Amino acid sequence: MILATLWMAVREILRNKLRSFLTMLGIVIGVSAVIALVNIGEGATAKVKSDIGKLGDNLLIVSPGAGRRSATYTPAPLFTVDDVAAVRREITGVEHIAPTAGAQQLVVWGNKNHQSGVTGTTNDYLAARGYQLARGREFLPTEQASGRAVCILGTTIKNELFGASDSLGSSIRVGKLSCLVIGELQSKGQSGMGQDQDDLVLMPLRTVQRRLIGDPGINAIFLSAKSAQITSAVERQLQALFRQRRRIPPGAEDDFSVRDMQEIAQAMSSATGTLTALLGAIAAVSLLVGGIGIMNIMLVNVTERTREIGIRLAIGALARDVLFQFLVEAVVLSTLGGLIGIAAGLGMSWSATRALDLPFLLQPEILLLAFGFSAFVGVLFGFLPARKAARLNPIEALRYE
Amino acid sequence: MTPDAETSTNVVEFVQLSKIYGKGDAEVRALDQVSFAIGTGEFVGIMGASGSGKSTAMNIIGCLDAPTSGHYLFHGVDVGGLDRDQHALLRRHYIGFVFQGFNLLAKTSALENVELPLVYRKVPAKERRQRALAALDSVGLSNRASHVPSELSGGQQQRVAIARALVTSPSLLLADEPTGNLDSRTKVEIMRLLVELNERRGITIAMVTHEPEMAEYVQRVLLFRDGHILREASPDALRSSTAPESRPTAP
Repeated sequence: MILATLWMAVREILRNKLRSFLTMLGIVIGVSAVIALVNIGEGATAKVKSDIGKLGDNLLIVSPGAGRRSATYTPAPLFTVDDVAAVRREITGVEHIAPTAGAQQLVVWGNKNHQSGVTGTTNDYLAARGYQLARGREFLPTEQASGRAVCILGTTIKNELFGASDSLGSSIRVGKLSCLVIGELQSKGQSGMGQDQDDLVLMPLRTVQRRLIGDPGINAIFLSAKSAQITSAVERQLQALFRQRRRIPPGAEDDFSVRDMQEIAQAMSSATGTLTALLGAIAAVSLLVGGIGIMNIMLVNVTERTREIGIRLAIGALARDVLFQFLVEAVVLSTLGGLIGIAAGLGMSWSATRALDLPFLLQPEILLLAFGFSAFVGVLFGFLPARKAARLNPIEALRYE
Repeated sequence: MTPDAETSTNVVEFVQLSKIYGKGDAEVRALDQVSFAIGTGEFVGIMGASGSGKSTAMNIIGCLDAPTSGHYLFHGVDVGGLDRDQHALLRRHYIGFVFQGFNLLAKTSALENVELPLVYRKVPAKERRQRALAALDSVGLSNRASHVPSELSGGQQQRVAIARALVTSPSLLLADEPTGNLDSRTKVEIMRLLVELNERRGITIAMVTHEPEMAEYVQRVLLFRDGHILREASPDALRSSTAPESRPTAP
């Protein structure tokens, strides 16, 4: 009986293909909009997350100054080598620790030059920030201890100065310092905020402090926690340690800040999540409009087929049989529209994510949701016309011209 | 609710049955205290001018309408007070309909049209097909099973409609002006088919018609006028009296 009703509904829909298609169009557009918007939104969120992840997993940055929370900027003292030693000694759960000192410097090789950020640091910097060596080697302990002028180049500056040719073993000029290139980094691309993460020159910390800046201070300490779960615990420890070491009285504001990349990642992804929800709501409205379209056509349908309904009632159909028949027809229409919409939405989001260079994330639950919702729309908006059909008086329906 | 043909020889019995439409000044007594019976295996003609009450009687016999007062016994069971769904079940299981306008589903093959009542009886698809083919065969249309109504002549369409009415083996076949839309040659063809079904298969038939010449095919005529049965007569008696409707009479 259910199968027969289903078959009847499909035939009725195929009988008037153009009208059926136009009826479905509202649902098709609604569902495809939902699928496309949500998929593209998810892709964008994933991209932002992975970009922030590229900054370094579990990364914490300790820098002097109160950060963005402070209303007034007061110069705060830089960190010292002793601070770094204290962190190494007293904080648990730290995997890598990389003190940095840096400045913008003009970097010259042959007749080419490029303004770039020069960072003095340790080998831990690579691991903490998620860089990898493409070629060459890291700093040797002796180079770090003696402050030798060696450097590792990021992809951007390497390409600016050397193009496709080999940079290893060349001597470049960094500021007033002549410096041997010992390694090249793999590209990390842009950060979530659009910064070029490949435009940097790494040198041993001591080299930068003594020979480039002439100041033993440390601008920032990059740390990576052993796992993402303990980053906030490490953050609290750091806060306590530095308050103590910098002798900040209770109640006074920090004159340093500890930033957590996960925090930033969450902030960014919740922003894109809000956008996704908003777009989803707009799409849901279009589904509603699609449902009203179905109701409209089903009402016309019932009027047109009054005589048929009369025949069915006369030969023994119960009111609920007729109700069921028209309801099934509406649901088949709407779910068919839903399926077409899902296909169209996937097509749209696939090409859009390709065009925007976003990851294409297939979400089965959103497909199911869209399908279920279109079926629900069919039931909701098919009910009124179906009830109208079921309530027809068979005598009058048979007489209807 | 399960009328048993064994317990009563009357398929249909009206007892002091009235049907009133409207209220107050607009009140119309479509049927007024009407009593009659149709026995098992009879072929009865229900005749009368339009507005005589014959269509109302037909609707009540067919359980499409309920009486205002009095009793309608179907196989001896009072079904006048049943609700809409119970009436539908009675139609589904015991009554076959043939209409003036054929009332076949358009763009649907003859076979599927005949299968339709079986769909509502939840007969499995395979058996449905067999029985529908057998019914089409019994009206001589087994070679037109796959044709849609628009490809069939009026007479053929009415045969499909008769097959549809018969496929459930109903205990009562109701024919509402079955020849009204047909030419005179086809009329004869359809009437002969009905007579044959009545005589060979013993199917009880009630036929509404306003054409006096159709009366010669039936065994008995109920002549309606102004909501009353003017007279019950054999077709011969009816034919011998001239133009019964126009004759002034007392009930």
